[in-house]
Amino acid sequence: MSFLPKPKLHHPKLPTNALGYTRRDYEGAISTLCAGCGHDSISAAIIQACFELDIEPHRVAKMSGIGCSSKTPDYFLGASHGFNSVHGRMPSVLTGANLANRELLYLGVSGDGDSASIGFGQFAHSIRRGVNMAYIVENNGVYGLTKGQFSATSDKGSKAKKGTVNTDEAIDLVGIAMQLGATYVARSFSGDKDQLVPLIKGAMRHDGPAFIDCISPCVAFNNHEGSTKSYDFVREHNEAMNRLDVITGRAPITADYAPGEVREVEQHDGSVLRLRKLHADYDPTDRVAAMHHLHERKAAGEIVTGLLYIDPEPRDLHANLGTVARPLNRLQDAALVPGAAALEAINAGLR
Amino acid sequence: MRNPVTAVNDFVVKFANVNGSGSASANQLFAKAILRMGIPIASRNIFPSNIQGLPTWFEVRVSGEGHLGRRGGVDLMVAMNPQTWDRDLAEIDQGGYLFYDSTRPMPQSRFREDIHVIGVPLTEMCNAAYTDARQRQLFKNIMYVGALSALLQIDPVVVETLLSEQYKGKEKLAKPNQDAFQMGRDWALANLSCPLGLTLERADKVGDRIYVDGNSAAGLGAVYGGATVCAWYPITPSTSLAEGFERYAKKFRTDPDGRKRYAIVQAEDELASIGIVIGAAWNGARAFTATSGPGISLMQEFVGLSYFAEIPSVIFDVQRAGPSTGMPTRTQQSDVLAAAYASHGDTKHVVLFPEDPHECFAFGADAFDLADRLQQPVFVLLDLDIGMNDWLCEPFAWDDSRRMDRGKVMTAEELEAGRVFGRYLDADGDGIPYRTYPGTHPDKGAFFTRGTSRDRFAKYTEVGAAYTDNMQRLLQKFETAKSLVPRPVLRPAKEPTRTGVIYYGSSSAAMKEALSALEAEGIHVDALRIRAFPFHGDVEEFVAAHDQVFVVEQNRDAQLRTLLMTECGIAPQQLIPVLHYDGTPITARFIRAAIGDKVLAQILPFAGAAAE
Repeated sequence: MSFLPKPKLHHPKLPTNALGYTRRDYEGAISTLCAGCGHDSISAAIIQACFELDIEPHRVAKMSGIGCSSKTPDYFLGASHGFNSVHGRMPSVLTGANLANRELLYLGVSGDGDSASIGFGQFAHSIRRGVNMAYIVENNGVYGLTKGQFSATSDKGSKAKKGTVNTDEAIDLVGIAMQLGATYVARSFSGDKDQLVPLIKGAMRHDGPAFIDCISPCVAFNNHEGSTKSYDFVREHNEAMNRLDVITGRAPITADYAPGEVREVEQHDGSVLRLRKLHADYDPTDRVAAMHHLHERKAAGEIVTGLLYIDPEPRDLHANLGTVARPLNRLQDAALVPGAAALEAINAGLR
Repeated sequence: MRNPVTAVNDFVVKFANVNGSGSASANQLFAKAILRMGIPIASRNIFPSNIQGLPTWFEVRVSGEGHLGRRGGVDLMVAMNPQTWDRDLAEIDQGGYLFYDSTRPMPQSRFREDIHVIGVPLTEMCNAAYTDARQRQLFKNIMYVGALSALLQIDPVVVETLLSEQYKGKEKLAKPNQDAFQMGRDWALANLSCPLGLTLERADKVGDRIYVDGNSAAGLGAVYGGATVCAWYPITPSTSLAEGFERYAKKFRTDPDGRKRYAIVQAEDELASIGIVIGAAWNGARAFTATSGPGISLMQEFVGLSYFAEIPSVIFDVQRAGPSTGMPTRTQQSDVLAAAYASHGDTKHVVLFPEDPHECFAFGADAFDLADRLQQPVFVLLDLDIGMNDWLCEPFAWDDSRRMDRGKVMTAEELEAGRVFGRYLDADGDGIPYRTYPGTHPDKGAFFTRGTSRDRFAKYTEVGAAYTDNMQRLLQKFETAKSLVPRPVLRPAKEPTRTGVIYYGSSSAAMKEALSALEAEGIHVDALRIRAFPFHGDVEEFVAAHDQVFVVEQNRDAQLRTLLMTECGIAPQQLIPVLHYDGTPITARFIRAAIGDKVLAQILPFAGAAAE
């Protein structure tokens, strides 16, 4: 970890976004993670994404569980409320928070232990319930804080630092998310910021359950020969389906693309996902085909990344429940308490 | 043969039915008809963990005196279930009555010599009147209510009114029910000697009281308490609480366009339920869950978070017999310690003990003010007996000038004005810090919530002094809670006495009756009904003012007594446990015997031995 706090002063010409904030305004406390940890790169990508999207930091609620990844919300968006809850239970806490105030942006940060083991059920159910959130799993295939045990996303055959070979089948969170109805599903790599930042931006602008599985090597316990979550292994096996740009205004296409090379998907909130295809036959709006492709490429030993599935017209939990537009946490007595006369009528019916 | 039991407005009728046979509405009709005649009743369902086929019982205690606890014993058994015939017969008091379906003749050996038997050929009459199988079954139930109306002198006009109210808007259904009732009644009048020794006489003892179950009342309380988020997982006997909330919220909180001013999530388990509650409350909504003992066990980790991170949460626990799955459909007060000290580490929580549906409503609403004011979990401990049975109780009351007390929430204006905000800073000396809702202000008032140790300004620290400082403040807050929770209710004896009794929750009705019985025997006992934990100062004073204090509870381990000893430093020998925990509601007879025998044994040292 770094012990040198960055000075508050910054260069007067540091670029600002539409709100007048600099990138520094999206930073948080100093990371206490190991130097070179993939998670710090993800925090930086979140900062970049929120800065570029002109998000007001205090309109974001950062939710996490327990683990190395779950510590990170302290390290970005210092002006946002954050909640480091209990192990594996971030999804339920986020669901409750979202029910209370539908107007904030909910960023759930979790890890592979937190989401694929102890919190597998909550992960699954928050997705299938359609909670409007950006859910990022910082996936390193290992328990870091307890020093190197396999997690449930460790690939079968992957080798631990001390030499043990994992014999259990890995849980593919992307496949599960897609199956359970996540309407924005991506996989990325903490070592590929150019890919990751736009994917986070797209997720933040998505009005439904958005899930990103971000492979994030653990430099302390899972970055060795024989690991399938090391920097080297992921770089060698990374197979990106597409490159994404998130466009919030109606910016024209400036670069030259071959016909059929670019696909634009307009999200519910008006933002446009501009996808530069790297695999001509990959259609990220076809869920069944996407799931099939995922299985196929996995069998071939590839780590498929990019925006893997998008439903531009998602429904969220509030729509399913039919709640009022006004956030529930702002309703006052008059809207909530039926009053004495109504109670007297109830009494009369109980005699 | 014994002389038949004779009583006016003071007897117990028990219906033995088969689960799923449609008897519930007929039995309700019977109970309500008596209430409408101005005679108090106490009714209880005794049911198995089953949907269809197993035995189920409905017990109605008629009490002109207004005793609402379970009495014990049966004066009239309506034996409609051949499976339980023998045990049902065995339960009838000597000289009592057996009412049965005499369509199929029973051998003399299956009856008892010391009871009076009333046979009505219900099946035969139904088969003659109806062709449809379901009708035959349903109307058989109404038919026995008709026969009983003749035998016990239930006013048929009252039944007619009730049926027309029940089927308002569905008049087509009222008529056949009315006919079935009349058919049973006419047969009894023509063929039996009516009335029995047990009779009903119109009275004026019900007043404006209402007849309702505690779970519905608590659900309604949550609506009045301003709860907007309910997250729950189905579990007997608490399910009807969440359903009650939904029913009333739908009625009162639906906008003209159909959109809801509330959200209900049936979660995947109890962990998710309490997680949703905590997330919603963290974000400024009033939220609750409803569960029973096993759910409380599952929620432990989250309850500790709610305590330590100081997030309001309301947990309704409708207690049942445990441990483990225990007896899911039987009552107990056995989660007292589990609730009071829920979670790991040093924790203690506010626990409320409503005595009946009236208090289920009142405490159900108050719990949200308390949780917000104290920023911690608040448990409302019902039990199956209060939760799932209809009770005669004082009507619900509400003061329209009342407003939700959201507690110490710092606003954007206050932050802007430069007020110091420390999430865990005790600015007022009552142990309660200020909080902010997420999204309040662009650059002030944000903080990072964690279950891990932090300083007064919510910054992570593992420094021992900061940790103990925070833990001490939480104790200070618990002290503050003592003056905010409902005070105990004292019922002084008619004469000065050095004997006291402490009781709580659903034992209340049986306790009141036991106290009158003891008083009639010349045994005077001061009684204190505890309504909340932490204990008010009144409790210690009460114990100090008596030589011995009985503590009446419906659990094996004297859990409230343990709390009293631990929290108030009371010597064990000063608190005498009176424990009833077989899963049936405690009775006045049981309490009277336990206290009366002990007191008499002290006055006359050999009295107890002589009685054995």
